[in-house]
Amino acid sequence: MGARDRHGIDPPWGEFRHVGQGSTKIDGLAKATGAALYADDLSLPLMLHAKTLRSPHPHARLRAIDSGAALALPGVHAVITGRDLPVRYGILPWSQDETALAVDKVRFVGDPVAAVAAVDEDTANEALKRIRVDYELLHPFLDPRESLARGDPPIHEDRKEGNVSKKVELAFGDVDSAFAGAAVVIEGDYDFHGTTHAAIEPHCVLARYGPDGVLTLWSSTQITHYVHRALSRVLGLPPHRIRVIQPCLGGAFGGKSDPFSLEFCASLLAIRTARPVKMLYTREEVFYAHRGRHPMQMRYRTAAGPDGRLAAVDARILIDGGAYSSYGLVTTYYSGQLLTGPYHFPAYRFESTRVFTNKPPCGPKRGHGSVQPRFAFEVQLDRLAERLGLDPFELRRRNLLGADATTVNGQRVTSNGFARCLERVEEASGWRQRRGRLPRGRGLGMAGSMYISGTNYPIYPNPMPQSGIQLKLDRSGLVTVFSGGNDIGQGTNTIVRCLVAEELGLQLEQVRVVAADTDLCPVDLGAYSSRGTFMIGNAVLDACRKLRGTLVSAVAESWGVDPRRVRFVDGAVVDLEDPGRSLPTADAFQLAEARFDTLGATGSYNTPSLGGDYRGGTIGASPAYSFTAHVVEVTVDEETGRITCERAWIAHDCGRALNPVLVAGQMEGSAYMGLAEALVEEHEVNRFGLHRGPSLLDYRLPTSVDTPELHSLIVESLDPEGPYGAKEAGEGPLHPAIPALSNAVFDAVGIRLQHLPFTPGKVLKALRAAAAERRPAVAAVSGT
Amino acid sequence: MLRLPSFRLEQPDTLPQALALLDQAGPEAAVLAGGTDLLPNMKHELRRPSVVIALSRVKGLTGIAEAADGAIEIGAMTPLAEVAQSALVARALPALAQAAALVAGPQLRQRGTLGGNVLLDTRCQYVNQSHFWRSALGFCLKKDGTVCHVVAGGSRCVAAASADTVPALMTLGAVLEVARHDRTRQLPIDAFFVADGIVNRRLEPTELLTRVRVPRPAAGHRGAYGKLRERGSIDFPLLGVAARLDLSEAGVVEHADLVLTSLAAAPRRVAGAADALRGSAPGHAPAEFETAVRRVAELARRQCRPLPNLPGDHEWRGEMVPVYARRTLLAAAAGQGPVHHV
Ligand SMILES: Cc1cc2nc3c(=O)[nH]c(=O)nc-3n(C[C@H](O)[C@H](O)[C@H](O)COP(=O)(O)OP(=O)(O)OC[C@H]3O[C@@H](n4cnc5c(N)ncnc54)[C@H](O)[C@@H]3O)c2cc1C
Ligand code: SF4
Repeated sequence: MGARDRHGIDPPWGEFRHVGQGSTKIDGLAKATGAALYADDLSLPLMLHAKTLRSPHPHARLRAIDSGAALALPGVHAVITGRDLPVRYGILPWSQDETALAVDKVRFVGDPVAAVAAVDEDTANEALKRIRVDYELLHPFLDPRESLARGDPPIHEDRKEGNVSKKVELAFGDVDSAFAGAAVVIEGDYDFHGTTHAAIEPHCVLARYGPDGVLTLWSSTQITHYVHRALSRVLGLPPHRIRVIQPCLGGAFGGKSDPFSLEFCASLLAIRTARPVKMLYTREEVFYAHRGRHPMQMRYRTAAGPDGRLAAVDARILIDGGAYSSYGLVTTYYSGQLLTGPYHFPAYRFESTRVFTNKPPCGPKRGHGSVQPRFAFEVQLDRLAERLGLDPFELRRRNLLGADATTVNGQRVTSNGFARCLERVEEASGWRQRRGRLPRGRGLGMAGSMYISGTNYPIYPNPMPQSGIQLKLDRSGLVTVFSGGNDIGQGTNTIVRCLVAEELGLQLEQVRVVAADTDLCPVDLGAYSSRGTFMIGNAVLDACRKLRGTLVSAVAESWGVDPRRVRFVDGAVVDLEDPGRSLPTADAFQLAEARFDTLGATGSYNTPSLGGDYRGGTIGASPAYSFTAHVVEVTVDEETGRITCERAWIAHDCGRALNPVLVAGQMEGSAYMGLAEALVEEHEVNRFGLHRGPSLLDYRLPTSVDTPELHSLIVESLDPEGPYGAKEAGEGPLHPAIPALSNAVFDAVGIRLQHLPFTPGKVLKALRAAAAERRPAVAAVSGT
Repeated sequence: MLRLPSFRLEQPDTLPQALALLDQAGPEAAVLAGGTDLLPNMKHELRRPSVVIALSRVKGLTGIAEAADGAIEIGAMTPLAEVAQSALVARALPALAQAAALVAGPQLRQRGTLGGNVLLDTRCQYVNQSHFWRSALGFCLKKDGTVCHVVAGGSRCVAAASADTVPALMTLGAVLEVARHDRTRQLPIDAFFVADGIVNRRLEPTELLTRVRVPRPAAGHRGAYGKLRERGSIDFPLLGVAARLDLSEAGVVEHADLVLTSLAAAPRRVAGAADALRGSAPGHAPAEFETAVRRVAELARRQCRPLPNLPGDHEWRGEMVPVYARRTLLAAAAGQGPVHHV
């Protein structure tokens, strides 16, 4: 990290004008009025519509495809199969095992096999029905244990490790002796089921291949840059002849952070037909594209001293990856690497194994790889507190990692507001007065967590900046910001506007943001790993600071005053010592342009080198960590087994809250999502290898009446390296929701829920088991 | 988005026109009320009508009115929201008002009609899926296939009757008014459903449901509806329970009924419920009444075994039968309800 990557935490002009204000989103009005243009709103003359033929089998070899009858159908312009797009891709350079259309095998029900472009969707659908595919059925793997046990038939034939996708074993400190000498050891098995993102906008692309040989792809992606690279690789087109644009996006949550089949298919179809081609997934296809949260079977052992101080943690995790690698390598690392805060423990070992199964491929979902272990671990801690007769808050306070610390796996932690997060939720929930004193059936539970603000590890190793920004200053007083960042609804562009306005003393409407267009914008790596605010924000400050001096000196020179007297504020330039003297910023821009030249600047951000000195030590190493604590209040109906989450308090240390409304939105959305995963959402493949219910009727997302009262409590530990001290808020706040809920159920009715989702049927079984365990004791008492 | 297969749309203005169109088209036609069941089923290619006859312009099919004999008559095209909000229905037929208010979510209740609800197709996790999905499964008895995936080796479709208002209407002794181009008939709703998941309604393809007639219950009528579902809105019932208690002036149960749905292809009346409850007095001897209610809940448990036809844990649905039976009867007695978790 260069000095220019550290911009301090102070306001640029004495006091913040926009930061901390919670201005409305840059695209809020457009979205609310329907004016916003999403990918499916775009349409071009002569546009064709494309559809995908998918495998009806979970595992099969492709013997032959006959698309003659489809091609013969009037209105059909092109049919492509795997042979037309044989080049493999994958988001990580080390595990490129996908093709846009199946080449020799299909690996899950829904795997793309062929694509058709036709004059309209109905004709394309009709054509799909005429494609004949000859399959040779293979044994489907639906249970990850079976994939672990046998590699025959292999799901990916060129893998040496059978059906194992990735295995990571890491150990830090002397785990075995810590366990041998521990006063208490808590052991437990935990299951995390599959869940998916269910963003409201289905994946959609529009491709155009111009007579100039330039391919333009509008795609509902959260990673324009990687899509750009992948298109170039698979289509064999040089990258300078490809332009990728992300239009307004209707949510992603990690579900649009891989290159997807439709991006390649629509592009090739546009090239082949010389007509624009649109492809919009159905909701069912979105469930097949998936990349949702990995199911994990986890075994944890936690050792502690008699005072509750953690001595060691030992984890074994089996990860069900589905049919392809996607981000699986990172997931496998994250499942262990991200657990080492906000508590200190001196010894740690984990063994994580990801296997392939014949199911839709898993990938990154909000809180990538670490939501599942966090659930298990925070329930372990609750059990430890119970065993030792300690309050769960107290147990956590005894183990605080603190600020400016190094974790057991060598991660550098700078700012840390976790202790304050604990205080806030403890106080707001009335924990001390209420916990343990509520009537049976009602309970409180808590949990904590830590998460990254981006990592120092780009997805393909390279020494270039992770985020770039370009500014153009206009004589009109407008600043146009070109940002590679992907605003997927989280508000990146709103933050960019806020920071530019702050740095250059402008009103918000004087800043326009052009984003996520590879022709116009410098590279940013994309919306993942909660890196946006931190990295793009720093790049913005870098660019603005290069211009500030120019602007100030032009004005100072014109006024003949010391530059220190010149202040940019709210769209004007004022003289600090002569209140009568001021200029509109537009005039200042003109002075500067006349004096220096056309105005513009670039800025960038790159992480410092971080991470432990071992293989995989950089994965999960972040320039700053966010912290979260939750208290969840539940009622349990012991007759129906139904858990109702009544209220949740979420305290989140996001560093400086640049826009508290956006931060609170992320906190509420995260808690909503976590609680939903715990109680109702289930991405499940049935015994036939089919997704149980690939629709928004059967995949149950909570409605407004199912959503508890959510209280967001923002904690601001100003981070020395974040833009004005900001960190992240997009993913961290989700983590504690699920264990806090489980812990609350324990407080309410005395059962431990360790196998997600917490369906009422499971709750009833657990209640019966607990009652059966109690009964002999009751008999003994009444016998005396 | 899933595409709607193409069809010819007819929009008759009068009932005779509609009936004539239906007579001409026969089984090729589908009747469109609110479309909230028909259109998803068409998108899933469960039905491919060449003609769709929309009833939205036909006059005289909507509204809630009191007949001279005190019966309450509800036009088949009356939106569920209207049924749910009607003061008359709420007062006289509380179980129906409660059931209508719990169908789907607010938007769907604006579009969905009472007639469409009565005629709702049966539902199953293996059939309410896209054509692609069903083809991957190899189809099933109900549509395009030869086997059942719910009951292995089963030769009969057991897709679940899922309409919320039907059990309520059954406890209320509703009569369906059905018209054909050449005649009209009155059908007690009890005789309308058969235990066949492929088609569980006794309605000829050329017939229209025009009206639902509910005899005015006795002054001491109490009714309630209980609905089990995962979410507090949108979801179809995993179990629906309608209870009826008619109390004498002295507060003694003179007549009682309990009907459950979302089990198998037809709704089910709990045999013995009326006998067990008759003579008890919820207000005067609540303990005795509760004992009777528990007995009925146990009868319900023994008679109603939900199948794995709907998504989710059918064993839990089975466990909920006596719980919802009891709670719904108690709610009816107390003049409360619905029994619903939110
Ligand atoms: C997301 C979702 C959730 C739902 N949840 C529920 C629920 O919780 N409970 C529930 O009961 N239903 C539910 N439904 C189903 C449906 O919305 C309701 O049953 C509604 O009442 C159907 O009425 P409709 O007017 O829309 O029927 P339509 O779809 O128009 O018709 C349904 C059937 O009846 C036939 N039909 C309709 N009217 C007549 C008539 N007058 N004469 C002859 N035939 C006729 C049609 O041809 C069709 O076969 C849900 C639907 C959706 C999409
Ligand atoms: S019950 Fe059997 S036959 Fe009927 S829809 Fe379900 S799977 Fe098909």
